[in-house]
Amino acid sequence: MTRQNRRILVNKVVMALSTAAAVAGLIFLFWIIGVLFYKGFGALNLDIFTYDMAPPGREPSGLRNALVGQLLLVLGASFIGVPVGILAGTYLSEYGGKKSRLARLIRDISDIMMSTPSIVIGAFVYAVLVEPFGHFSGWAGIAALAVIMVPIVLRTTDDMLQLVPGSLREAAAALGAPKYKVILQVVFRGAKAGILTGVLLSVARVAGETAPLLFTSFSNNFFSTDLDRPIASLTVTMFNYATSPYEEWIDRGWAAALILALFVLGANIAGRMIVRRKR
Amino acid sequence: MATICEVAQNHIIEVKGFSFYYAGVDSPNLKNINMPIGEGAVTALIGPSGCGKTTLLRCFNRMHDLYPGNRYRGEIVFEGRNILTKKEDLIKLRTRIGMIFQKPTPFPMSIYDNVAYGLRLQGIKSRSELDGRVEQALKDAALWKEVGDRLKESGTALSGGQQQRLCIARAIAVEPDVLLFDEPTSALDPISTQAIEELIIKLKERVTIVIVTHNMQQAARVSDYTAFMYLGDLIEMGVTEELFITPKEEMTEQYITGKFG
Repeated sequence: MTRQNRRILVNKVVMALSTAAAVAGLIFLFWIIGVLFYKGFGALNLDIFTYDMAPPGREPSGLRNALVGQLLLVLGASFIGVPVGILAGTYLSEYGGKKSRLARLIRDISDIMMSTPSIVIGAFVYAVLVEPFGHFSGWAGIAALAVIMVPIVLRTTDDMLQLVPGSLREAAAALGAPKYKVILQVVFRGAKAGILTGVLLSVARVAGETAPLLFTSFSNNFFSTDLDRPIASLTVTMFNYATSPYEEWIDRGWAAALILALFVLGANIAGRMIVRRKR
Repeated sequence: MATICEVAQNHIIEVKGFSFYYAGVDSPNLKNINMPIGEGAVTALIGPSGCGKTTLLRCFNRMHDLYPGNRYRGEIVFEGRNILTKKEDLIKLRTRIGMIFQKPTPFPMSIYDNVAYGLRLQGIKSRSELDGRVEQALKDAALWKEVGDRLKESGTALSGGQQQRLCIARAIAVEPDVLLFDEPTSALDPISTQAIEELIIKLKERVTIVIVTHNMQQAARVSDYTAFMYLGDLIEMGVTEELFITPKEEMTEQYITGKFG
């Protein structure tokens, strides 16, 4: 075999292997999506949105209370996590400076928090907000999700603000703008799309969290908007239903999974579209 | 010592024994500069890269204060007072002394809002006054004909030359006394460059101009006075024609004849 033939052969083998690996990855992705859509759409009906959860065998029943609970938890977490994340990211990029030790410390801690398993955050909130009060609550769930959100929003805000050219800040300052106006009126505008994308991604991330909610908001079989009490969520309901022995519950678990997947997918696509339109 | 010519006009700015130190550096980046800036004249700062011409320009509106640790020594007198003191109101100073940057810096907002930005900072809210002054500034910046019918479009969608004229419109809208140009055409094509140069010549009727340029022909075309700097020293300042035809310092002559730079 000549050297050249050998080289061509090696090239073909490597290409075949890497293609096979890529196809294998894609097979699982489409498998998941296929099963999810098949089982989920089969179980999806209008009752899911208009009736609350009910014991097996009692009809009509749906997931209304879990949907509302999920919405309250995610909205509540966003109300806390997004402003804190954006303000902290603004501090790091605009006030902290590159040499500031405090800013570096905050960045490092935030990065560590981002990779902390969410169940650990759940356990922490359990110790701080559930145990002392003696009962699970929606507020505890909101707190856990907000803690997960902050480092994500903080990081993207920090990164996006630093992408705004310094010359833009100088130009605004040169017109006599005080620093807070430079940030609010010029820098934020320049980074608007990026920050919004970070917010959407963080919402998508916490919307899929289950482990921290098991410890905090727990679940509730009844319709409730009282955040001082346990509250239902799609993710925990999905877990409970999917592990139950009742066929209609398992079906409804698939419906919950589909709704959740579509929501997360929607948030991700929206985020990408914002970035693309910006370009 | 530097050779400084007589400046016939009233000295709107007077640099006296001025040195500048960047943060964390012990040796001065500008060394004991003395120079007058004539009111209503165009003064060009020329010199090789790193000679300190942009650094000096950014002292006039105290741009260096945006970054911590930079230090000024000596005096820069503007309208009779030293602007390097701690109590100087930088926001007010920067509305009197405007700046145009090397790369166009349109804000990510509409053409109208770009020009109105400085006016709104000064608290002007009346729609009719804003409309009038935005239109006037765009006309003065020779941009009105091109954008007058699309003021709501984004300023960042304009061409490079148009963006730079937009920045000039934004700067002159607040009617400053002095305009600082930091190599305003180095990122532009020849036709846009010509438009900016014509604008500078027109603007000097109402505003004092200091322009940093690495292009000696540009200095010769637009300026009344030219100052040659080298390694943080002001070597020579003269009436532009005299400096380019009969420089008094040997170093100036070497530079303008292309022996180094």
